[in-house]
Amino acid sequence: MSNSKVAVDVRGASRVFKAPGQEPVAALDNVSVSIKENEFFTLLGPSGCGKTTLLRLIAGFDFPTDGQIMLYGEDIAVLPPYKRPVNTVFQSYALFPHMTVAQNIGFGLEMQGNPKLEIDARVAEMLKLVRMEPMKDRKTSQISGGQQQRVALARALAPKPKVLLLDEPLSALDYKLRKDMQIELKRLQTETGITFIFVTHDQEEALTMSDRIAVMSKGKILQVGSPHDIYDRPAVRFVADFIGETNFLSGAVKSSVKGTSKVKLDCGPEIAASADDGMKSSGKVTVVIRPEHSNLCAVKQGQMKGVLENAVYFGTDTHYHVKLDDGTHFMVRQQNEGGSGQNGFKVGAPVGISIDEGTARILRD
Amino acid sequence: MADLNKTLDLKRQAGFGTVAIICLIILYAPILVLMIFSFNSGSQITKFEGLGLSWYAAAFENQEFYSATKNTLIISFTATIFSTIAAVLAAIGTTRVKPWPGMSWAFMIINLPLMVPEIITAVATLSFFALIAGAFGLNFGIGNIIIAHTVFCIPFAYMPIKARLEDMDLTLENAAADLYASPWQAFKRITLPLLMPGIASGTALAFIVSFDDFTITQLVAGPGQTTLPLFIWNQIRRPMTPEINAISTILLMVSILFISVSFIISKSRKS
Repeated sequence: MSNSKVAVDVRGASRVFKAPGQEPVAALDNVSVSIKENEFFTLLGPSGCGKTTLLRLIAGFDFPTDGQIMLYGEDIAVLPPYKRPVNTVFQSYALFPHMTVAQNIGFGLEMQGNPKLEIDARVAEMLKLVRMEPMKDRKTSQISGGQQQRVALARALAPKPKVLLLDEPLSALDYKLRKDMQIELKRLQTETGITFIFVTHDQEEALTMSDRIAVMSKGKILQVGSPHDIYDRPAVRFVADFIGETNFLSGAVKSSVKGTSKVKLDCGPEIAASADDGMKSSGKVTVVIRPEHSNLCAVKQGQMKGVLENAVYFGTDTHYHVKLDDGTHFMVRQQNEGGSGQNGFKVGAPVGISIDEGTARILRD
Repeated sequence: MADLNKTLDLKRQAGFGTVAIICLIILYAPILVLMIFSFNSGSQITKFEGLGLSWYAAAFENQEFYSATKNTLIISFTATIFSTIAAVLAAIGTTRVKPWPGMSWAFMIINLPLMVPEIITAVATLSFFALIAGAFGLNFGIGNIIIAHTVFCIPFAYMPIKARLEDMDLTLENAAADLYASPWQAFKRITLPLLMPGIASGTALAFIVSFDDFTITQLVAGPGQTTLPLFIWNQIRRPMTPEINAISTILLMVSILFISVSFIISKSRKS
């Protein structure tokens, strides 16, 4: 991302719902985030975290109770949706059932008052972009879910919006189709060069498509960063837990030198763990270690020791559940090799665990 | 699973078929008899003497029948148009706005004509028009009946339209707004076309209710304002001939036609 122009700048936006006789609920709590031009930006979080509320505020279907929504420097927070140069792909697609595929795609252009010839040309271009030319005269009820999805995309892209908002658009598709559409979406974003703001609760979707991800919980943004940042350097426990699988170990910092600390874990050993600048350099901390960054080994060679409780076979890899000496559970993920795939570890036997160098991290909280 | 569903099916409970058949007979046998006697060649409505269309011929030659039909159609069409427009506006006002204090009252007031005994409405309407005539010297003639019918038909048109609006996916209107449609454009291009089946059922219902209304019309109608139901009522007070059966059958067919059309429209739009 050489281009660093800010497309959408959310400044201290809140959305508080008040019902008579009830405590006000903040669906969005003083959120600030800057989304750059041409970026594939994902809002990721569990249901009820405020990601859809934030998207609705940008689209104009809802209005912030506090704060600003800037689009290329202009505050659009109180504009109605039809006056905002942003378009939305809805979770349910919301295609107009009484119109054909081509009429659906042309609707936005028509409402903008473009001349008919221009609309036709742009619709043809869009049909080609999403590979739906043979279906242009079909009613939207006569095409499959995946095709409806592509029409919804084409309809939203046709008026060349400054920002495209996508509200969990892939959640209604089956697994195989979803995988294809993830690649398709990324292609469309690269080809059109339009800023995408994508809402999802699916961490895998977020990691594979995004330039940057904002992880949300309880109306707040907890961390913003590239997929690598979010996965390898989670700042807080929620992010580490929500994205992928992870092990949490508690311990106490012994010493700290330039971003790396020696941590004495409660389960016995002392390990090296990295931390961001300005984090506390003493006292109780939580260390996270990803299952794939650890290996089972003989008890003597292991940094940690425990008893193998369970091994779950997943085809590409196997998950080993180990109970450490202090009673905490630890999961190790190992890629399966060919052959029997047993790797020689027996359930119920004592095992050692080694940790890949430089992968353990200290959380901020 | 299939067998289990069969035993749970209400249709398979003992006595279900018998009860259903008895209900159907009670409902439809009198109407069927009425229709059969309209084809009677004799002059009695209780003794079938032979098959013939003579009473239909008599009906079509009856000038009073013609003028009653004309009155009925003028009243029904006008009242249907006004009540449907009012019903569409009322339905939008009670489904597409932020809940406002008094909305449940508005809802009740719209539907009140359904709950008030019709004879009360009729008497009230009669005295209302008498009051206007007395105080301002105003008499709208057949317009009086049209006004009374319009008011009475609104809730019938309102119900299917409101149901359709409530079923409609609000995201569609959001999508239209998102694609630069102003509220009026979104209504014209999205909401209204999708609402048409509801409007069609509402219109058909309002028409039927106005078409066969007796109680209110009987009280409000002045001389020369005889409608079909009033005409039939007047015929009954004379010695009855199967002509009345023929006229009733024609009336019934018109009703069935309208109900079928509205049913077919709502079916085809849904699929």
